[in-house]
Amino acid sequence: MRAFYTWLCIFITVCTAAAGDVLVALAMRRIGDLGEIRRRHGFSAIILRVFSSGVLFGGVFFMAIAFFSNLIGLSWADLSVVGPASAALTFVTNALGARFFLHENVDRRRWLATIFVCLGVLLLTWS
Amino acid sequence: MTIRKYLVILSVVFFGSVGDAFLARGMKNAGAIDIHHLSRVFSALANPFVILGIFFLLAFMSSYMTALSFADLTYVLPATAISYVVMVLLSIFWLHEHVSPQRWIGVGFIVIGVGVVAGGPSRTEHPAAHVPTTALKERA
Repeated sequence: MRAFYTWLCIFITVCTAAAGDVLVALAMRRIGDLGEIRRRHGFSAIILRVFSSGVLFGGVFFMAIAFFSNLIGLSWADLSVVGPASAALTFVTNALGARFFLHENVDRRRWLATIFVCLGVLLLTWS
Repeated sequence: MTIRKYLVILSVVFFGSVGDAFLARGMKNAGAIDIHHLSRVFSALANPFVILGIFFLLAFMSSYMTALSFADLTYVLPATAISYVVMVLLSIFWLHEHVSPQRWIGVGFIVIGVGVVAGGPSRTEHPAAHVPTTALKERA
């Protein structure tokens, strides 16, 4: 039963982390290039646009859920299981989220990079 | 990609990995926190390393958001994965931890992944974002 709860936690961590990243990316795309905004309208315009974005706060909310779900998962299982599983799977779900929700062009090069980074993170953290 | 944009990506890597290292150092000093005594987390907030770590992670968040304002998520995430390599280097030279050959192979995979994605375009150009100038003239 403990294994079930651990994997449930990993599942929640991966999904909420991907939702958080996708929403933050969506918010920043809508806000626009911050360097450009600073040049044209000043630093206060950046603060105003960032803090008035509901999507951004939604993203941060999901990131917070992912953080606490990861902490709970770590209290039930070893870091060597929860750490690699959540980190590596998050790269894949982020790529899928970016492909289907942000309509990014996830070409062969980006999938290859994602897979290499996934394998690297697995080897690095699974010890 | 301009030099400024590469610097933003580098700052994501720098603030993220150094912030994590500061937090790890601070939490080691604070000692283990039991699941039944989670309130002890708040006492760890008084640790100077933890405070520094939080400031670095706030800087990480702002540079991460800046990176996402000009590049795709599927570009930023693999590109900033080099922070895992920086963390390994920090754990060797600062925390004096042992790094196994398996971890070095992992570092190699991440470096290849970052190299592959960094050579491609950073932003997907959506057709809606490019209204032809002739169409703009017609509207005017």
